Amino acid sequence: MKVSDLQKDLGLEVLTSKDYEDREITGCYIGDLLSWVMGRAKAGDAWITIMSNVNIAAVASLADVACVILAEGVKPDAGVAEKADSQGIIIFSSGKTSYELASLISKAL
Amino acid sequence: MIKHYEISGTDFANGGEASSDFKTVLKKLGVPMDVIRKVSIAMYEAEINTIIHGHGGTCDAEIMPDRVVITFKDSGPGIKDIDLAMQEGYSTATDQIRELGFGAGMGLPNIKKYTDDMQIETSEGKGTTVILTIKL
Repeated sequence: MKVSDLQKDLGLEVLTSKDYEDREITGCYIGDLLSWVMGRAKAGDAWITIMSNVNIAAVASLADVACVILAEGVKPDAGVAEKADSQGIIIFSSGKTSYELASLISKAL
Repeated sequence: MIKHYEISGTDFANGGEASSDFKTVLKKLGVPMDVIRKVSIAMYEAEINTIIHGHGGTCDAEIMPDRVVITFKDSGPGIKDIDLAMQEGYSTATDQIRELGFGAGMGLPNIKKYTDDMQIETSEGKGTTVILTIKL
């Protein structure tokens, strides 16, 4: 499924530019330890995390995930959205838990 | 072609700048995405190590016809026990670093996993040099 379909289906709030590259989502990964995510997340995954600092943009870009979803209503720190935009990274926010999000993504994929 | 980067020892917000820039270079050269991803992950881990543990340093990334060789050099405290540092989950990072999501003890193991060769030269009190090679 496309990133835009996921955004609509799950009612995700778009925190970065709405004019994004609409990639195909091929999987899902949940994690907050950045090195763990770097090593284990796959390209094209939707990455669910509660980590909100600026380094999530670099990790998302380098690990080549399709998008980042901040769970449990977490908002990114100041400057994170701008940094993500400069690297073409999409960040969404949701009030749902990581489990609820992953469960919905699992049904949608 | 060699790209040279200076890595600040305190600038966490910009951690990954060298890796991000080099990723763009590889993309422009038409290197396959799966190779770029390997280089990016290994390079980012080494870059973060240089910031956290090496207190800054330099990075030289060379693109050759058949491989990429990336050298990170710092003048930090060095690695006391390389065998321990290579173990997944072992980390000497501070709580402050861990709160940022680092210090999972996956840095060197990830570098090893995503490179074809990794060389570490380290000396206590003098610094560490890590050389990563990824075949193209």
